Amino acid sequence: MHDRSHQTVGRSIAHESAPLHVSGTALYTDDIPETHGTLHAAFGLSERAHARISLMNLDAVRKAPGVVAVITLADVPGQKYLGPFLNDEPVFADGVTEYLGQPLFAVAAISRDLARRAVKLASVDYDDLDRTLTVQEAAAREHYVLPPVRIRRGDIHAVLAQAPQRHQGEVRCGGQEQFYLEGQIAYAVPGENHEMHVHCSTQHPSEMQFMVAHVLQQPAHTVNVECRRMGGGFGGKESQSWPCATVAALLARRTGKPVKLRLDRDDDFLMTGKRHDFRSLYDVAYTDDGQILGIVFEHQLRCGYSADLSGPVADRQIFHTDNTYYLDTFDILSLRLKTNTQSNTAFRGFGGPQGILAIEYVIDDIAIRLGKDPLDVRKLNFYGRAERNVTPYAMTVEDNVIHELVDQLEASSDYRLRRAGIEQFNRGSRIVKKGLALVPVKFGISFTATHLNQAGALLHIYTDGSVLINHGGTEMGQGLNTKVAQVVAEELGLDIARVRVSAADTSKVSNTSATAASSGTDLNGKAAQDAAQKVKNALVAYAADHYGVAPSEVNFRSDRVFCGDKAMLDFAEFVQQAYNARVPLWSSGFYRTPKIHYDFKTLTGRPFYYFVYCAACSEVMIDTLTGESRLLRADILYDAGRSLNPAVDRGQIEGGFIQGAGWLTTEELWWDDAGRLMTHAPSTYKIPSISDCPPILNVQFFDNGNAEDNLHRSKAVGEPPLPAAISVLLAIRDAIRATAGPGVIPTLNAPATPERILEALASVSGSSAADARSAEESATQAGASVHETGEVVAGPVSSYE
Amino acid sequence: MGKRDTLRFYLNGHLHQVSPASVTQTVLEYLREHLRLTGTKEGCAEGDCGACTVTEASLAGNGQVAYSAVNACIRFLPTLDGKAIWTVEALSGANGLLHPVQQAMIDHHGSQCGFCTPGFVMSMYTMYQKGLRAPTREQVLEHLSGNLCRCTGYRPIIDAAQNMGSYPIAGADHDLVRRQLETLSAQCRDTLELETPGQHYIAPTTTFELAGLLQDNPHAILLAGGTDAGLWVTKQLKKLDSIIYLGNVAELTHIQRVAGQLKIGAAVLLNDGYEAIAAEYPEATELWKRFASMPIRNAGTLVGNVANGSPIGDSAPFLIAIGAHVVLRKGGHSRILALEDLYLDYRKQDRAPGEFIEALLVPLRIPGMQVATYKLSKRFDQDISAVCSAYALKLENGKVASLRIAHGGMAATARRALHTEQALLGRHWQEAPVRLGMVAMPQDYQPMTDMRASSAYRLKAAQNLLYRFYLESTGGVRTRV
Repeated sequence: MHDRSHQTVGRSIAHESAPLHVSGTALYTDDIPETHGTLHAAFGLSERAHARISLMNLDAVRKAPGVVAVITLADVPGQKYLGPFLNDEPVFADGVTEYLGQPLFAVAAISRDLARRAVKLASVDYDDLDRTLTVQEAAAREHYVLPPVRIRRGDIHAVLAQAPQRHQGEVRCGGQEQFYLEGQIAYAVPGENHEMHVHCSTQHPSEMQFMVAHVLQQPAHTVNVECRRMGGGFGGKESQSWPCATVAALLARRTGKPVKLRLDRDDDFLMTGKRHDFRSLYDVAYTDDGQILGIVFEHQLRCGYSADLSGPVADRQIFHTDNTYYLDTFDILSLRLKTNTQSNTAFRGFGGPQGILAIEYVIDDIAIRLGKDPLDVRKLNFYGRAERNVTPYAMTVEDNVIHELVDQLEASSDYRLRRAGIEQFNRGSRIVKKGLALVPVKFGISFTATHLNQAGALLHIYTDGSVLINHGGTEMGQGLNTKVAQVVAEELGLDIARVRVSAADTSKVSNTSATAASSGTDLNGKAAQDAAQKVKNALVAYAADHYGVAPSEVNFRSDRVFCGDKAMLDFAEFVQQAYNARVPLWSSGFYRTPKIHYDFKTLTGRPFYYFVYCAACSEVMIDTLTGESRLLRADILYDAGRSLNPAVDRGQIEGGFIQGAGWLTTEELWWDDAGRLMTHAPSTYKIPSISDCPPILNVQFFDNGNAEDNLHRSKAVGEPPLPAAISVLLAIRDAIRATAGPGVIPTLNAPATPERILEALASVSGSSAADARSAEESATQAGASVHETGEVVAGPVSSYE
Repeated sequence: MGKRDTLRFYLNGHLHQVSPASVTQTVLEYLREHLRLTGTKEGCAEGDCGACTVTEASLAGNGQVAYSAVNACIRFLPTLDGKAIWTVEALSGANGLLHPVQQAMIDHHGSQCGFCTPGFVMSMYTMYQKGLRAPTREQVLEHLSGNLCRCTGYRPIIDAAQNMGSYPIAGADHDLVRRQLETLSAQCRDTLELETPGQHYIAPTTTFELAGLLQDNPHAILLAGGTDAGLWVTKQLKKLDSIIYLGNVAELTHIQRVAGQLKIGAAVLLNDGYEAIAAEYPEATELWKRFASMPIRNAGTLVGNVANGSPIGDSAPFLIAIGAHVVLRKGGHSRILALEDLYLDYRKQDRAPGEFIEALLVPLRIPGMQVATYKLSKRFDQDISAVCSAYALKLENGKVASLRIAHGGMAATARRALHTEQALLGRHWQEAPVRLGMVAMPQDYQPMTDMRASSAYRLKAAQNLLYRFYLESTGGVRTRV
């Protein structure tokens, strides 16, 4: 432990709900005992990507067995359009469907099964409109959900024109479904006098509260939203929990009955947004050593049909386009493209991984062009400490530890030795090739919208010495409640068993920010700490007065209160005394992140309180005949500051890393030409499974306190591990490069499925010297020549099932 | 023989006698909605995520209790007749003491959001009950291949599973379970017949009875493991009006060695059928381990996979390559057909109404035969193949004396590569002729593009897999990641 005075902070305490998780007694929204008369709802979804609805006949739906109510947009009494950023999303399609899967209407029935069956009976006629499905189409047509954003510094044209070296390239990367194991769900229970209590699996109870109030046209004080826990969120329940929350409430208002709305997994895939897929075009000027002199980026981000959170996601892509590298002269253009597909939304990293991936490809390209080890090119471009330390958004990097961190990982992962070993292996292996990559990450911590960086908490001490906390954050598995309980227990000198954190509840802590941006612990932990300190200060004043000691002599430790040499009381006994003396035993707490400011028009300022640094070194093996790949080993070094809970933090690091590896390898979203998402269930959309965990997975913490006065000098841990998995993709690229001639850059787009890898191998085949051509390359080419003449023949079925 | 209209099973040690509201009610619905046992979760309702995993026990042929993990979300309740199952609620003792698998999960930080956790716990508990208390990493990966976790990245779960034996042993009264199952078995000897509004379910106990039922009602759904039919209900919302269940026909659960063949009955589970095949052909072991997931293989049947006739059902290419046959039965009449001749076109089979596959005939290994089967998919575990290939080769004097190549995922059915075979027949088994074979393959297949792979990839990969088979058959070159 880093600080002996700490009793619970810094300890690897198990997740506060772990005993409930393993015994099946943790209640998720669908497990809450149902109130008598509860109805179940289902959505009717659009079957067309972009069409005018010429007729929607719901008679058969209304007459279906068990149906109690059917609602469409006309039945929304209040605001009909919602959205976290712009109100550009109708609750139900407004005459025109904007994507295949958009809700058209909803049904409440006496059972979920009957509700699901009823919605299939709708008769809907469509007049198709021209649809835009891909990044390429949307970019060509200049279809935007929000206007383009551009940031520039210096004379990029001059730098490019005079560059000793110049390279142009492109990278494409797919999106990612959050795949929270618990799907979207809300349970709305109407009360007296228009009250509406909504249990919702959401990262953003306050936003759900306001949206429910808006659609019902009621004041916010009549709506209460509660979330004890989610079965995963990953950003997918930040804004897009609203269709379930609002429609459950609308149907509950309509019927006067409690209404539960739980999406089937397929509907969840079809309705809700994912990580933004993107294409980045670049033009880079660099020195003969590989130092970047200037760079042009055009980021084309697919936002889907509405703005949702795409503005801030795209902003964060820009904010992370530098990653750990100093960009002197640049011109970065960000296009927020509108397509007739699901509205893409938050997903762990929130645009950051997309920015980091783009610059890492550039670095990788430069290294290949120059025949250098990519790690050396990376180091050459790192931010300096005293100079070369201003980001493209004009923030000075003050807490830079990337040099030391990468040096340490380079040593602990045996990078250079393994690099040599892999080269030797590849020389002796015809079919399978290995690859290695070490990728650093710098991740900015804070909401970029400054006003969101605030949090509240409510703390009660009961006279038996037990402590209850509510705070503005939500628990989705990340261990937020565990850490908050640790912080409060630490403050009051209590065993953590005496401290309980209960559900997020808008009637207890109001106007909360989403639990997002890795900031949950930083913000809510500080707010809870503030509440605990306020109660403690009152208790200290009482004790000093009552026992005649100096306030500094009153200590809370080991479930006891020490009042100098005058008294030592059990905590419960002490608070009972304080209660009798009419000392308040509860308090609110509040926190606002200091120092940050940011002008969203110019994208400059200090959007981040501090940076998290980490790096990962990944080793893979690929099969050049089939394109199959396997992650053999990963070493991760992470700067968690003074970790509040190393076990919880390690869980976030490993989980985020594997999730990122899934994004870049097996998880492929595939729409057909009509705009139907065909990978809409775990049968077709493949998140990592247990064999995808590498046999060697080393995680270490970098010894580094937070330079800022963050909670116990800790650092955030939610999102930064995810982009560290870019090392897996670049290791695959490295293995492909091993089959190519010097200076030949593989065209590898993500996700690197076997098919993408085989394509990338084809993109470099024939590039090696003729005399070095090995048998398997000839074989691959034999296949390639056939493939070029082979037409894509549509079979008699839509897919092989 | 008499008939019964109530199914009987043990749930968490207690006998349940049920007349279900619908014969296609799933076990998960029964647990969560009827009993309000909400520890078991729904993550996908299609048997792919494992959040609904429960432990099942039945009496094995040797009279011992056989434990297996199964997916409750796609399992029809009536098929629990005569079995015992346990849910996560049953694990901790009355004193609140957690089971070693639960304590190991806590101590190794194996849960984050916790939604998948009951499923993992039940898969681990099943291992524990099977006696796998200190499993190897490979055993853990195999048994947990049907459980998805989105939070942890699995490392702590693997650690927990490998360390569950380091706690004081939680005794299980296997004898009590055996006695309960024996009692049930005696009570469940008669045909179970259930009627629910608009639906009929019957579970005959002899092949003769089964054949008669199907002949009288040729459009009935023949249900075995239900790992596909379950989805017709949970995803397509089909109302199955008439179901004949195979699982109670004892004769169909047998694997016999007869006349140079393995005869695998229609109700033999995938895991049991594959085990028998892999004993004969160890080259099929990897495919077996990658076939769906452990809970699916514990519920689905090998013949069910063959009869389903999916273009990418992974058992067919290998079975075709080694020359397997099926025994088709209609009423009292049986005929034998080469498996490759069963498949006529997409979901069309040479099978008359009322005719069913009674058994699969797998030839025993021919000395000198080289075989292989390869599966390509985006994910290693529990994925549907983009391409699945299989080869059976016999060389004489270095030349190809016989060669059978079959693929799944390349056409509307699993199908042989006749042109490719022909291009290689009689030729030296060497690099240049093998390349000629690869070049011939587009004559055999014009695969389609879908979400799993493009036409171009499928063809190129299939060609390259033939090259892989050549390299592996001649040895010395590493070809797998």
